[in-house]
This record gives sequence, structure tokens and C-alpha cells, in this order.
Amino acid sequence: MLLESTEKNMSNKAFITGKKAENAIKESLFLFTLYICVTIAILTLMTLIYDVLSTGITRLTSDYEVGLITKIQIDNPVDFLTSLDSRYPDRAGIGPAFAGTVWLMIIVVSVTFPFGTGAAIYLQEFAPKNRLTRFIELNLTNLAGVPSVIYGLLGLAVFVRLAGFGRSVLSGGLTLTLLILPVVIVASREALKAVPDTIRQGALALGSTKFQAVFRQVVPSAIPGMVTGMVLGLSRAIGETAPLIFMGALTYVNYFPDTPLSGFTAIPIQVYNWIGYPQAEWKETASAGIILLLGLLLIMNSLAIFIRNRYEKDF
Amino acid sequence: MENENHLRSQLTKTITRPIEKIVKFFITASAFAAILISISIVFTLLTEAINFFQDPAVTFKGYFTATRWTPTFQNPEYGVIVLISSTLYIAVIACLISFPLGLFSAIYLSEFATKRTRKVIKPVLEVLAGVPTVVFGYFALNWITPNIIQRFIPGTGVFNALSAGIAVGIMIIPTVASISDDALNAVPNSLRNGSLALGATRRITSLKIMFPAALSGIIASFILGFSRAIGETMIVTIAGGQYPELNLDPRSAMYTITSSIVNVSLGDTPHGTTAYNALFALGITLFIMTFILNIGSDYVARKYRKEYE
Repeated sequence: MLLESTEKNMSNKAFITGKKAENAIKESLFLFTLYICVTIAILTLMTLIYDVLSTGITRLTSDYEVGLITKIQIDNPVDFLTSLDSRYPDRAGIGPAFAGTVWLMIIVVSVTFPFGTGAAIYLQEFAPKNRLTRFIELNLTNLAGVPSVIYGLLGLAVFVRLAGFGRSVLSGGLTLTLLILPVVIVASREALKAVPDTIRQGALALGSTKFQAVFRQVVPSAIPGMVTGMVLGLSRAIGETAPLIFMGALTYVNYFPDTPLSGFTAIPIQVYNWIGYPQAEWKETASAGIILLLGLLLIMNSLAIFIRNRYEKDF
Repeated sequence: MENENHLRSQLTKTITRPIEKIVKFFITASAFAAILISISIVFTLLTEAINFFQDPAVTFKGYFTATRWTPTFQNPEYGVIVLISSTLYIAVIACLISFPLGLFSAIYLSEFATKRTRKVIKPVLEVLAGVPTVVFGYFALNWITPNIIQRFIPGTGVFNALSAGIAVGIMIIPTVASISDDALNAVPNSLRNGSLALGATRRITSLKIMFPAALSGIIASFILGFSRAIGETMIVTIAGGQYPELNLDPRSAMYTITSSIVNVSLGDTPHGTTAYNALFALGITLFIMTFILNIGSDYVARKYRKEYE
């Protein structure tokens, strides 16, 4: 009797420890799976950056040698940044595309900032809470999800044809503006939302009008957040390729745009162009272009983080 | 008395300054621009697409039944099914990559990672989200295809659906991860603590408590990721090739809606030609597909989110 019960006890115990061990294995297997997934995501990014750097850097250093017989070689970053495109991979510079991207940035900022912040201020501070406002908000969410290539078609129909700007840097800039406007509006609203109500109430209690409260107190406090949103929107805009293809940016443009109505090409377009050539040397040139593009994005994102940390007030 | 009048006029003066009216008008107009953009997208796409279907060379039936997409050939055929099936095919490959990777990354970030690890991994995912798609396209063509696809599946072409799909999948990992992460974080802590207090392990808590509780947000992230995969343009244009006939072989090139929009626009497409109008017919097809998915994602997130608030 006693023996029997002890035996039973023991088998029970063995069962429990067995289950525990099994659980522990399952537990660590699960955690291991999670680690793997996160690692794959990070590793991919690192592989991408490493591949681009190792391929492109040879193109930008002075001991660069090529098989093709050409006289002028571009073997340093400054020449690469200022030279014209070429039929030969080792002579090709990204100058016109770089200038085109700068033009686009100027147009995008000068149009997006007033409209984007304006719309955000209206929606956050003045808009009545009714169906129409709700409809505008729904519209913004949907616009943020529209594929960029559709904005290209819109730009082609509206700016290139209807407005008669032709395939110009102005059309390109305005198209990119439409693309990032929803993003900038949402970010600016978040910045305004972060300003506490006490600021509004304080201003109103001191006798200012609603307009004064918003524009002299709330908006200045929200400016850093708005600028951050603008910079992030802009960094999305300069990486966009698809919408610009409709602006004729892919035709061989090998001059610096001098007016808003001149033809243009941009860095991502130029990179796409170079990727299209089959020879290995072009791969290096394309990589060098990608290094420039990623470098620009890195600078802009750092700028956004800097502004956020330096100027944003903690209420 | 005179003083009071003066004061009053001063007051009214500040209230009705014309600059205020102008500014107010401007900001109201900017907000309504959002509606204007939406209307003009639908309007331009529709009008040009209607022109396309009125073309005698094109029939509505042919658009949906033909099995070749060859608008620039001598005898053009406009079978959009080819493009839709390729688009969905590549999008599904992308989802097979990004759903598990994105979701598990989100579970790791919200349930297991320490604050310090989180501070490192979150920015990495943000950087991944900020990489331009043309760079992913380059990566798919020049790294994924030779180093992975062609190594493990010999005989695969330079342009293939598999490598494009994988690259698109990597591109949308951050979308899935960050929205799922938000959804998991929105679940009240009491649920997590209750489960742990009852003796459930962290794995059981994650899978049986947190995952179902955040399911609406997770599904919303999946739908949004799928929609982004469908609308992705440069990766599939660079690495996916242009095979204009119906086929379901992942090793072969394919022809998505977006890449055919790009390729048609690269050719000589003067205003008013069938090819030009075809761009817009494809545009509205793509717009409708992504629009339905975006609305669906928003609906799922909205409908079930209120439970814990």
C-alpha cells in the first residue's frame, strides 16, 4: 500500500518535471524564433548597406581602375558630385541629378510648409467637430495610402498637361508636394496636439482672441515638431522615383536645370538609369549614387532628430 | 465717454484685422485641399480611363479576359488579368516574408525586449523603412538574385518574381512591425500581468493572451502591408522583369500593374494615344485595389479598437 502510493507519487513527480522541461524547451525555442526574426531584419539592412558601400566606394577613391579605355576618370567624391553624366561609367558624374534634387527640395519645402502647417492648424485648432471635418480627416488617411505611382499619373495629367508646366522640375516638385502633404499635415497635427491646453486657456484668459492664442502661443511652441515632420516628409520625397518618371526625368537630361520650367533629372532617377545598364562598371557607379542618396537621407534624419531633441519643449 | 469709445474701437480693430481673415481663409483652404486632391485623383484617372475603354481597339471584355498585355505590339492586347495576377503573386510572396518577420519582431519588441534593446532596434527598423525603394530594387537585382535565388535555385533568370517579392517583403517589414507593436502596446498591462500571475509563461502570455487581444491591430497591419506591396513600383520594375503573359512560376519574370505603368510611360506615349490612356486605366485599377484594402485596414482597426478604452 505504502509502496504503491510512493510509486504513484514518484511517477507524478516525474511527469511534472518532464512537463516543466518540455515547457522550458518550448519557451527558449519561442524566444529563439523571435531573436531570429529580429536578426534577419537587422542583418538585411546591414547587408544592404555593406553591399552598396563596398561596391560604390571603389568608384569614389583615387586608386580606382577600369578596363574601359577613357581619358578622364572620376575617382573622387567632389568630381562625382559636380560632373555631368556620361556614356562611360568611369566618367559619369551625378551633377545634374544632384542639382535637380536640390531644386525639387526647394520647391517641395516652399509649397508644402505653408499648406501643410496651415491645414494642420485649421484642423487641430479651428475646425468644428462635424461630418465635414471627419470627411477631411478620412481623406487624409486614404491619401497617405495611395501608391506613389498614382501621384505620378495625377501630376502628369494636372501639372504637365492641364497647367502647362510641361515635363519640368516645377511639375516634379508639385507632384512630390501632393505626395507628402498628407504626411506633413498628420505630423504637424501631432505637434500641435502635444501643446498642452493650459497654454491656450492661459492666453485666452489674458484676453487674447482665439486667433492670437493660436498664432502667438500655440504655433510657436509647436514649430520644432512641425519642422521635424517637414524634414521627414522631405526625406521621403527625395527618395521617390516612380512619380518623377512621368515628369520626363528619365530622358537623357545632361544639363543643370536653371529655371523652374527646365527639364531635370534627380538622384534616384539617375540611379535607376544606371542600374539599367548591364555592364559591371555601371553597378559601381549606381552604388556611388546610392551612397550619395543614403548619405543625404542620413543627414536629413539626423537633422530631424537634432531639432526634436534641441528645441522641443517638454510640457 | 470718448475714452471708452476709443477703447472699444481699438478692441474691435484687433479682432477684425484683415490679416486674420486672410490667414484664416488660407488655412481653411489648405485643409480642404485634401478633398480636392482626392477628387482630382479620381476624376483624372476616370476620364482618361473612360477614353481608353471607348477606343475601338480595346473592349471592356478584352481588358478582363485577354491573357496577354502587349499594348505596344502590332496587334495590341490589353489583358489586365496578367498584370493583376502578377501583382498579387509578388505581393503574396512579400507577405510570406514580412508577416512572420514583422509580427515576431513586434512581439519581441513589446513583450521580451528590455528598454535598452528596444532603443536600439526601433531606430534600425525606422532606417529600414526610410530606405528608398530604388535602393531595394538595386539590392534585389544585384544581391538577392545572384547570392540567394540563383545559388539555391539554379537556372533562375536575372529578373524573377521571387527576388522582387522578397525585396518588397523586406521593405514592408517595418510597416507590419511598427503597427503590430503599437497594437500590442495598446493592450492594457492588467491583461499581461493577470496572465503571468496565473502562472502562464511568457510564451503562453504572448501567444494566447496578447496576440488575440491585439489581433485587430495586427490584422490591420497585415492588410496595410499587403496594400503597400501591391502599390510598390520601383522594386518590381527593376527586379521583376516584364513577362507579358499569364504565368505562375516564381522563377520567371513577371509584369505587375505598377511596372507596366512605368514601362508604358517610358515609351513614346503622346497625349491621347491608346497607350497613354492605358496608363490611366491601369492607374484606376491599382487605385481601386489599394483603396479597398486601405479602407478595410482602417475599418478592422477602428471596429475592434474600442474594446479596452
